[in-house]
Amino acid sequence: MQSVAHEFKAHARRALQDTTLQHALARAKGGFIDQRRTAIEALPEFDELRACAKQIKNHTLAHLDYYLERYEAQVKADGGQVHWARGPEEARRIVIDICRAAGARRITKGKSMVGEEIAINPALEAAGFEAIETDLGEYIIQLAKEPPSHIIAPAVHKTRGEITELFYAHHRSHGINERVSDVASIVNEARSVLREAFVTADVGITGANFLVAQTGSSILVTNEGNGDLTCSLPRVHIVTASIEKVVPTLEDLAVFLRLLGRSATGQEMSSYTSIFTGPKRNADLDGPAEYHVVLLDHGRSAMLGNEFREMLRCIRCGACLNHCPVYGSIGGHSYGWVYSGPMGAVLTPLMVGLREAADLPNACTLNGRCQEVCPMGIPLPTMLRRLRMREFEQNLTGARSRWLLSIWAFLAKRPRLYQTLLRPFVRLLAIGSRGTRRSLPLARGWTQSRDFPTPQGRTFQSLYRARQRKQ
Amino acid sequence: MVEQIDSSPVRQPRVGLFVTCLVDLFRPNVGFAALKLLQRAGFDVVIPSQQTCCGQPAYNNGDARDAREIAKQVIDVFAGYDYTVVPSGSCAGMIKEHYPRLFDADAEYYEKATTLSSRCFELTEFLDGIGDGAALPEMPSCSYTYHDSCSGLRELGIKQQPRALLARVSGLSMLEMQDSNVCCGFGGTFCVKYPDISGRMVTDKVEAICATGADMVLGGDLGCLMNIAGRLKRIDSTVSVYHVAEVLAGKTDIPPIGGNSS
Amino acid sequence: MSDSARNAVLDSVRKALGRDCELDASIETALDGRLNDSGPHVLPVFDEPPLERFVDKLETVHATTVRVAGVADIAAAIDSYIGAHRLPTNIVVARSALLDNIDWPAAFHVEHRGATVDDVVSVTEALAGIAETGTLVCGSSESHPTSLNFLPENHVVVISESRLYKHMEEVWQELRRLPGGLPRAVNLITGPSKTADVEQTIQYGAHGPRRLHVIIIEQH
Ligand code: SF4
Repeated sequence: MQSVAHEFKAHARRALQDTTLQHALARAKGGFIDQRRTAIEALPEFDELRACAKQIKNHTLAHLDYYLERYEAQVKADGGQVHWARGPEEARRIVIDICRAAGARRITKGKSMVGEEIAINPALEAAGFEAIETDLGEYIIQLAKEPPSHIIAPAVHKTRGEITELFYAHHRSHGINERVSDVASIVNEARSVLREAFVTADVGITGANFLVAQTGSSILVTNEGNGDLTCSLPRVHIVTASIEKVVPTLEDLAVFLRLLGRSATGQEMSSYTSIFTGPKRNADLDGPAEYHVVLLDHGRSAMLGNEFREMLRCIRCGACLNHCPVYGSIGGHSYGWVYSGPMGAVLTPLMVGLREAADLPNACTLNGRCQEVCPMGIPLPTMLRRLRMREFEQNLTGARSRWLLSIWAFLAKRPRLYQTLLRPFVRLLAIGSRGTRRSLPLARGWTQSRDFPTPQGRTFQSLYRARQRKQ
Repeated sequence: MVEQIDSSPVRQPRVGLFVTCLVDLFRPNVGFAALKLLQRAGFDVVIPSQQTCCGQPAYNNGDARDAREIAKQVIDVFAGYDYTVVPSGSCAGMIKEHYPRLFDADAEYYEKATTLSSRCFELTEFLDGIGDGAALPEMPSCSYTYHDSCSGLRELGIKQQPRALLARVSGLSMLEMQDSNVCCGFGGTFCVKYPDISGRMVTDKVEAICATGADMVLGGDLGCLMNIAGRLKRIDSTVSVYHVAEVLAGKTDIPPIGGNSS
Repeated sequence: MSDSARNAVLDSVRKALGRDCELDASIETALDGRLNDSGPHVLPVFDEPPLERFVDKLETVHATTVRVAGVADIAAAIDSYIGAHRLPTNIVVARSALLDNIDWPAAFHVEHRGATVDDVVSVTEALAGIAETGTLVCGSSESHPTSLNFLPENHVVVISESRLYKHMEEVWQELRRLPGGLPRAVNLITGPSKTADVEQTIQYGAHGPRRLHVIIIEQH
């Protein structure tokens, strides 16, 4: 999708005023947090697994070329094909070419963040294909023509009422003329509408949670089973995955599987974890005749070589979003691109450009809760600070902030001057105040929702020195 | 945590107290409270006059050069003490966790930063760590709730220490708030750069505080406390805000942060 | 053209890793060794007997289970499941040594094929079960099409207690021993299909089976 990250502030403000969205966010937050905590408390080995996963990923990344080549060789040996794409444009072309060659008309899709990253749906539609999202959340936002607002729960921002109206508007063509508003009926209606898509699709496109080098397999973790229907019923299966998804062996995979579900939704295992290896075997009764993997770089090899390598450990569990108080206040759409929350604030600037997404790394209090819950031990606040440093070096920091910061730094480096200048300033602020001020020139941001506590009157240093002189 | 203090009469261990810029400018009472607590615990406390700010504003806004220069100054000023104590989790975290990282490419200062880091403590972790059994003051019976400031909590693991110390103040009772570990929305310059989001976060925090019914909210970081106090004042709440050091030192004789509610 | 993209990506990866040439032979040997190493990393410890744990975990994720004494009891177990839920007796069944030995009641109409959207009940046999998480392992093959696991609303899975393993790592070893290597699709199934995409409310039967019924043949 086209990034609108540069409009972060306006979008965030709108999101804060959107009461429907605020309800949806409030409802989602508590559940994710409690479920994760319960699941992790029940697994004494969690921290050990976390350390192990981190070590496995670090090892894999340090030999990424080796593992990618082994993975590719194994996919080929199993009868599949591997395609490489430097960026979204190339990836889209590869996917479209495969669909054309297959003479496809209808394409079903499983949820794929890489698919979102390369904006595959609009490209497929522009090329004359019908592309249907089959994950319920993705299906809902596809009908609403919106991007996902959460990497695990793409429609987390939608209320039941909104979904009712969406279905009512779109399902008439399927002969459904009644509004359904309870959760069970909504899910059933989607089930019946999408069944037809599953069995008539020519191509299925899914993402992959992991790629296993040892076996050439792609791993898909879902709860709905839509991914499996997407992979197994059409003639062609295309996997869109990014290069950092590879792990060496099935034994390594096991470590990640134990972390992923628990961190994402508090599940020990999602309902379906599927390991796909190549196209259908000769005598198989189902399965795709063609199995393609599109490996996307899109800035990742650059991250591998710079101070953002650790971000490549991310397994897209969404825990950092669920625990982020900023995400919890403004939701995913404010971030303006595919990824949101802490991981999005790191990835988006690196993928769509620092200037475009300059707000994202700054819109964070560096409170560290994301890092605390990240199963891959990614130091997200450190990543954000590093992006801020890049912004500062590239002069992307706002002029006013720069000015104020440099004045402060100038003073901080000159203790005498600092004390001489700030002493009267502090006094001035305290004059006539009864503890706080309702408004303050230059601090309107602060005073729009809170008072400004005024200083006691004299600085500590002046009081302390005076006291010492007396002694 | 803190090694056994040599209690021989020869020399009291010397503590360099870094009061932090916010305390210096806005709430000297916290500095005096920290001073009193440290002296009472038997330390020779020195407050270097050359101190200003720890450099977080520069560091957290991407200005690595200024952050480094300010850090050097702090490192030099506090080099001579057995301990450096800071009544703020975020400033102590800056010194302990981040100073060494600033000097990856400067062996001399890396060494110095690491030394300072190993001797630097946040006030409550220091006081709790030395475990002096000195009685803490009495308070007129009242209840409090505690906000865990993020840097102290996650960079330094400060959670139980202030609670343990406060439990020794007779007359106080604790009422935990929901999500005491969730950010209040201060975040240094964040609160002025993104006032809408910050406002929303402090609103949530203050709701959690008010829901406890406590008389006071305490914390270990003046920035967060000013943020919380400002919001409480805006909604005319009667909950009063103090820094944990002020309560521990019995220095609540001045109006709370943000003043008394009218 | 696709080769150029491949080389560009791999070159860029190598450059990022600070290498401008192929891997050192000794490193490559070490990495090959690691790829062939099938030792597990961290195995969660549990004390319950595997069968108890397996049943327990399956039930927590909303599957139903029944234990039977032998193959002879499977048909009756399925019959009572179908009766209890008032399901049709037209069923699609996978083939396996075990399933082929079932003596179906006369009222049943049994077909061996892939499932269609009209099928309501499927019966398959799991390759293995994982006690740690209550997971069924189904592998695709000519006698076990994947559609049986996902299209019908009711998925009945038969598994012998002897096929239960404590952890998935043991199952990987079993899979590697299969004559054709890894099947095209290995489905680790832990409960029926579900979604929480509408207001975080769990609803079963999103796209796959609404119900998962597991028949365990106990060992004596
Ligand atoms: S950064 Fe960590 S917590 Fe966030 S999605 Fe990635 S793995 Fe999960």
